[in-house]
Amino acid sequence: MAITREEVLHVARLARLSMSPAEADKMREQLDNILAYIRQLDRLDTADVVPTSHAVEMGTPFRDDSVHPFEEKEEILKNAPDREGDFFRVPRIIED
Amino acid sequence: MRDNQGMEFEAVIGLEVHAQLATESKIFCACPAAFGAPPNENTCPVCTGMPGVLPVLNRRVVEFAVRTALATSCKVREKSVLARKNYFYPDLPKAYQISQYEMPLAVSGHIDIEVEGETRRIGITRIHLEEDAGKLVHAGAFAGAQTSLADLNRCSVPLMEIVSEPDMRTPEEGGAYLRRLRDILVYLEVCDGNMEEGSFRCDANVSVRPKGQKEFGIRAELKNMNSFRNVEKALEYEIRRQTEVTLDGGTIVQETRLWDADAGVTVSMRGKEEAHDYRYFPDPDLLPIHVDQAWVEELEKTIPELPGEKVARLVSRYGIPRYDAELLSSSRRLADFFEASVAAFGGNPKVTANECIQWKDVVAAGKLSPETIAHVVEDRETGKVSATASRKLVELAIETGKPVRQLRDEKGLTQVSNARALEAIVDKVIACNPKEVESYRGGKAGLLSFFVGQVMKETRGKANPRVVQEVLKAKLG
Amino acid sequence: MHEWTLLDAAKAVRDKEISSRELTRALLSRIERINPKINAYVTVLPEAAMREAAARDEEIARGIVRGPLHGVPVAIKDIFCTKGIRTTCASRILKDFDPPYDATVVERIRSAGAVLLGKQNMDEFAMGSSTEMSCFGPVLNPWATDRIPGGSSGGTAAAVAAGTCFAGVGTDTGGSIRQPASLCGVVGMKPTYGRVSRYGMIAFASSLDQGGPIARTVPDAAAVLSVIAGYDRRDSTSVDVPVPDYVAATERGVKGMRVGLPREYFAEGVDDSVRTAVTKALTSLISLGAEAVEISLPHTGYALSTYYIIAPAEASSNLARYDGVRYGYRAAGAKGLIEMMSRTRAEGFGEEVKRRVMIGTYALSAGYYDAYYGKAQKVRTLLRRDFNEAFDHVDVILTPTAPTPAFRVGEKVDDPLTMYLSDIYTIPANLAGIPGISVPCGMSPDGLPIGAQLLGKHFDEESLLAAAAVIEREIPLPRVAPLEG
Repeated sequence: MAITREEVLHVARLARLSMSPAEADKMREQLDNILAYIRQLDRLDTADVVPTSHAVEMGTPFRDDSVHPFEEKEEILKNAPDREGDFFRVPRIIED
Repeated sequence: MRDNQGMEFEAVIGLEVHAQLATESKIFCACPAAFGAPPNENTCPVCTGMPGVLPVLNRRVVEFAVRTALATSCKVREKSVLARKNYFYPDLPKAYQISQYEMPLAVSGHIDIEVEGETRRIGITRIHLEEDAGKLVHAGAFAGAQTSLADLNRCSVPLMEIVSEPDMRTPEEGGAYLRRLRDILVYLEVCDGNMEEGSFRCDANVSVRPKGQKEFGIRAELKNMNSFRNVEKALEYEIRRQTEVTLDGGTIVQETRLWDADAGVTVSMRGKEEAHDYRYFPDPDLLPIHVDQAWVEELEKTIPELPGEKVARLVSRYGIPRYDAELLSSSRRLADFFEASVAAFGGNPKVTANECIQWKDVVAAGKLSPETIAHVVEDRETGKVSATASRKLVELAIETGKPVRQLRDEKGLTQVSNARALEAIVDKVIACNPKEVESYRGGKAGLLSFFVGQVMKETRGKANPRVVQEVLKAKLG
Repeated sequence: MHEWTLLDAAKAVRDKEISSRELTRALLSRIERINPKINAYVTVLPEAAMREAAARDEEIARGIVRGPLHGVPVAIKDIFCTKGIRTTCASRILKDFDPPYDATVVERIRSAGAVLLGKQNMDEFAMGSSTEMSCFGPVLNPWATDRIPGGSSGGTAAAVAAGTCFAGVGTDTGGSIRQPASLCGVVGMKPTYGRVSRYGMIAFASSLDQGGPIARTVPDAAAVLSVIAGYDRRDSTSVDVPVPDYVAATERGVKGMRVGLPREYFAEGVDDSVRTAVTKALTSLISLGAEAVEISLPHTGYALSTYYIIAPAEASSNLARYDGVRYGYRAAGAKGLIEMMSRTRAEGFGEEVKRRVMIGTYALSAGYYDAYYGKAQKVRTLLRRDFNEAFDHVDVILTPTAPTPAFRVGEKVDDPLTMYLSDIYTIPANLAGIPGISVPCGMSPDGLPIGAQLLGKHFDEESLLAAAAVIEREIPLPRVAPLEG
């Protein structure tokens, strides 16, 4: 069940990480080691175990439906790597 | 649909509706959820996905969805889970959309629709909550623009997704389901139902199969339909297309197709969509949504009479045609107005219904009182005003806000129905037209309308034509 | 005066024996001298800190005491958002990020009167056990500058140990407060999940992350915890449980306390010096009336694997927002959106972050979810159950914090799996959501600090503070590293 280079490149695309072939090879090797270790979990029978997704067991709290506008919009926008007026500007989407 | 060998096809249609919930604030932060603000005006650190921020769920969003679930006979789950749907796009600041996946808020409901006199029950698979994404504006409408602009105002506006079972077989059924669902949401006041503005959006899954076959065909997903009419047209087109492809020996591919309203066709998005792998998992920042029985019961009390129930009741209680009842029930306000108008006078519900339907836009705008309609209907029934005058009176009432009866008297729009009051005028008309009187008496019965016209002219339209006729007939004998 | 405890410094300011300005100036000048040797701070705020100190002094003159930290200079890990102050998570991708808001922890320490000296170095996005994975370069251990300080809150632990602040606030996802505290000879506590608000604390693994204090003494840590703990309605996972008097808890003693010793934590792999020191800690507890109980936490061996699925999976999603659109680094000259995002992330993230994003993306992807993420969530249930059952019989659990004292800089940097193993004793508490504290209990023959870890029941931080305070009083150790320059 070793991870293949194609899988590494597929996952890298999903994660939006550009990766050279050499980087992919090194990544493949490291992931393989880590995943091999992780797969020790296969030894445990968990068929009847309920999964834990949260460390605390309670219902989610709610907020009331009231509006409190954030007054410092510029404090957000000033961080933009590129902007046009009050828009965030990004390169156009092109097919790859 | 039938081919020339007589083979019959039927369509299988399922609809997915995204309804924007009519809350004041967004689903996970306190920004306004309103339309139409300047770019990035309605944003804060939370909905722009700044590092370190956390979501907190708006209670009203849950209430609205639970009420919708109750109104569509869904089972509300005691525990449901908010999950992250992961994908990258510049209008999605966290690069995941908070939605519901494996454990939606409500499941297994239905709504009944009426098509060509037959009632059909359409199943509802699930109702779940999610947040909207922002908007990407493609800078400069000209081709070759190198940049796009992101406006995050709509990020985290609350949405409710309602997924139907593939229970519809014709575009008409699809249209009827959508209208009924929209009416329910509007009745509940959880969504404004505006399709053009996008607060009520619909995607459709369509396939065709030979009639009698149990298995579903391969389906296409249709998007980009922004009116009820367009949904029906897109369904019609797509069913015809799939049937033709099948008959030509081709195969249908599973794909997303966009409706092009101008060209009247659906167009494949093939190649433009990358293979999705959304990597859903429970959002660790939000604990499960708990909806206990007590809360459900409390919300149950807030469910008003729903459109289907209302139509049936209006028909049976007032004896009005089903078509009129449907029109009146398209809006809770209009139906209430109708009932108030009938109650204010107790007169002919059918005439009242016609008046209400005629003035429905004014009713919707809140510029008309039930008394106005009630008085106008009463005056027409008792012959106090004519049909023409009543229309004029309603217009004046809208314009001036004055009571319609006061206007009637002020403007002298009362119809003269008193026979004795009309006798003198009738006598005068007879005296002035001896030749016509002779012809009439000689057998030219059609001349009666000439005399009526003359009397109306003399009274400047105020005489009740029915009474005039009676008096004339008696005098001309 | 840099050697004073935080509580003594706070008292001195309140009693007007010293001004906040004098304290702050002294620590700023110490940072100036010492920080170049250990690289514990990424941002120092001399002007702002002096301004705040002056404001605190004015308040004292008018008889106003904001809270228990009034006028005391502290610092925080650069993972907490500070409005108007660069917040980087030690990542190139956030190098110039200027948050539009303050984290809840920051609001709370400010309203308690603390003076903020600066922001501390860390492993990038808190992913690491050595603080070598920082875009600002590695932090060095003040006790031996050829050694790592542990991580990921290595900057905070080293700064506290070096006497460059009276206390700090770090974060702990798999041991990131306790392990560096142990390796730097200071006290570090990871509170119960939900005890300290995560709002404004840049997320690594949301279901595991928890902020907590690092200080030179147990009462100092307790004082900081009192300030930062408590319900916050901006964090849905924060729990509305009253905040007790943690400082008072340090005086409670351990008479009758049942101390569990999980045999799985004392198996092979523990350094002899660590075993000896932790045994000494146990002896001190027993000598003051505690009772030792041998217990078993049978699924301990699976904790690391579970953690290395859950934490990267959550991280892959949490770190997806760093896409070059709204803030932070953006790769130049990219053709099209996808290339811009992919290169931004490839150039902006370091190797360890990329590795974990890859593991996490893989573990959540179609076809693998059940085998990895789903499985890990189930094993997480088993690990929680282990602790629940153990706490039926004991009040606290005593273990080593880390299997070895501080290792050498560069020693494990190319071997991720070996690096991960240094968190083997701290990870289970995060998976179970229970509180844990590391308290110094000895020195290795090389003069490197060793810490003992105490684990407790949900929201029973008080028992941990009581026991840790006993160990601290019974085993006197130097509090400030002998760095001079």
